[in-house]
Amino acid sequence: MIKHHLLFAGKNLIRMVLLLFAVSVVTFALVSASPIDPLQANVGQAALGAMSEEQKEKLRSYWGVDTPPVERYLNWMTDALRGDLGTSLLYRQPVTRVIAVKLSNSLFLMGIAWILSGVLGFLLGIIAGVFKGRLADRAIRGYSLLIASTPAFWLALLLLMVFTVWLKVLPIGLSVPIGVEASGVTFLDRVRHAILPAATLSITGVSNIALHTREKMIDIMASDYVLFARARGESTWKIVLRHGLRNVLLPAITLQFASISEIIGGSVLVEQVFSYPGLGQAAVAAGTGSDVPLLMGITLITAAIVFLGNFAANLLYGAVDPRIRKGGRPK
Amino acid sequence: MRWNQRKRAKLLFGFSVVFLAAVAISGVLCREAAMTTDFTRTNLAPCLEYPFGTDWLGRNMFYRTLTGLSISILIGVCAAGVSAVMALLLGLAAAVFGKRTDSVISFLIDLVMGIPHILLLLLISYALGRGLRGVIIGVALTHWTSLARLIRGEVLQLKESEYIQIAEKLGHSKMKIAWKHMFPHLLPQFLVGLVLMFPHAILHESSITFLGFGLSAEQPAIGVILSESMTYLIMGNWWLALFPGLMLVLTVVLFDLGGNALRSILDPSSVHE
Repeated sequence: MIKHHLLFAGKNLIRMVLLLFAVSVVTFALVSASPIDPLQANVGQAALGAMSEEQKEKLRSYWGVDTPPVERYLNWMTDALRGDLGTSLLYRQPVTRVIAVKLSNSLFLMGIAWILSGVLGFLLGIIAGVFKGRLADRAIRGYSLLIASTPAFWLALLLLMVFTVWLKVLPIGLSVPIGVEASGVTFLDRVRHAILPAATLSITGVSNIALHTREKMIDIMASDYVLFARARGESTWKIVLRHGLRNVLLPAITLQFASISEIIGGSVLVEQVFSYPGLGQAAVAAGTGSDVPLLMGITLITAAIVFLGNFAANLLYGAVDPRIRKGGRPK
Repeated sequence: MRWNQRKRAKLLFGFSVVFLAAVAISGVLCREAAMTTDFTRTNLAPCLEYPFGTDWLGRNMFYRTLTGLSISILIGVCAAGVSAVMALLLGLAAAVFGKRTDSVISFLIDLVMGIPHILLLLLISYALGRGLRGVIIGVALTHWTSLARLIRGEVLQLKESEYIQIAEKLGHSKMKIAWKHMFPHLLPQFLVGLVLMFPHAILHESSITFLGFGLSAEQPAIGVILSESMTYLIMGNWWLALFPGLMLVLTVVLFDLGGNALRSILDPSSVHE
C-alpha cells in the first residue's frame, strides 16, 4: 500500500520536473524570438546613436544579444541547475535575490487572499447548495456570476477610488509607507498596505469555488443518505455538519489548490494597480524593460508554485480516492 | 403569460446576440468620434450631452467606450474562435491517434495550464513584439486547454460506445469515424465551449492591454482607457474608470448568460425543467 503511494507520488514528481523543464524551454524560445531590441528599449535610439562602436559592443554583450540562442539557453540551464538564475539587468542584482524579495511580498498578499477566498467561497457554496432555489442561493449565484465577469484590475480601481480617494481610510499603494526607513516599518503598516490588494484578490477568487461547492452540495443534498438522515429526524444543520461537510471538503480543497494559477494571474494585475512591489509587478517591469533573466526566473518560479499546488492536490485526492491513485490503469 | 425555461433561454440568447452585435457595429461606426479631441470640453463630468463624461483631451468617453468594447468583442471572437478550433482538433487527435499522441497533448495541456494565463500572454506578446497580433495569437494560444480537456474526455467516452466500436469493426478509417460519428456528437459542446470562451478572451485581452502589452496606447481599447484613467483617479475623475468598466462587465456578463442559455437550448434534457 505504501509502495503504491510512493509510486504515485514519484510519477507525479517526475512529471512535474519534466513540465518545469518544458516551461523553461518554451519561455526561453518565446523570449529569444522577440523582435524587441533590448538595447533600443532601455538605452534609447538617441543615446545609442551617440555611442562609439566599442561601447555598443559592451552593451550588446551585457544584454546578451550577440550569442546564439541555443548556446545562451545551455549556458543558462547549466547555471540554473547550480541554483544561479543569472543577474537581473534592471535591478542589477542576482535574479534569485530579486525574486526572493518580491516573492515574500507577493506570498503575504496571495496567502491571505488564497485562504480568505477559499474559506469564504466554501461557506457561500454550502449555503447556496443547501438552500437551492431560495433567496440566499440566488443572491450567491448572482454574485458569483457577476464577479467572474469582473476584471480584477477594474475591481482594484474601484476599491482604490472608494477607499483611498473618497473615504481616505487606506493608503494608496506600495507595500510600506513612503519615506519611512525599513526598520521603522511595523507589521501593522504592511497589513494596512496589503488590505486593499488582498481584498480585491479574495473577492474575485470566491466565485469559482463557491459555484463548484454549490454544485457538489446540491448533489449531496439530493442523495439517498441525506434523505435517510432526514427521515431519521436530523435537522438540516446536523445533516450539513455530519454528511455534507465531509463529502464536499475534499473536492473544494483540491479546487483551491488548482486555483493557485488564477490567484497568481490576478495578483499580477492587482499589484500593478496598487503599485505593490510583488512578483507580478516585477514580471511586468521585466517584460517592459526586456529583462530576460528576470522574466525567465519569474516564469519558472510561478510555474513551480503552480505545479506544486497541482502536485499537492493530486496527492490529496489520491490519498482519499483509491480510484484515482491507480492512475487510470486499464480495467 | 408564463414563460417556460426554454422560451426564456431563447429570449435571453437572442437579446445577448442583438445587444453585442449592436455594440460591436456602433463601436466601429463611431471610431472617428472616439478619437476627436476638443479642448473646450475637457474633464466634464457625466451630463445629458456626454453620458459618460469627457477626458482630459476632451474626448467623448461614451464613444470611446463603445469603440473600445467593439475592439474587445472583435478580438475576443477572433481569438476564441481560433482557440476553440484548436481545442477541437487537439481533443479529437488526443483521443483518435493512439496513446502516444494522447500523452503528448496531455503534457501540452498541463504545460500551458502551468503558467498563469496573464504571464503566458505577457511572454507571447513580448515574443511577437506587442501589438494587435500579439494579443490575438496570445489569447488564442492560452485559452484552448480546458475545452480540449473536456472534448478529449468526451471522445474517450465515445470510443467505448457501441456505435463507434461497430464502425471500427466495419473497417471505417479513424478519420472517417472522427468526422462522421464523433464530430456531430461533439458539436453542441463545442459551440457552448466556444461561446463561453468569449468572456474569458475579452477579459484577458483587456487585462493584457491594461498592463501595456496589448494594443498600442493610441487605440481606444478598454484596457488603454482604464489604464489612462488611473492617472486621473486621484483628481476625482471617477467617471473615466467607472463607466467603461461597467460596460465591460455588462458585455462579459451578457456573453456568459448567452452561452449558458445556448447550453440549455442545445441540451434536450432541459425541456422538462
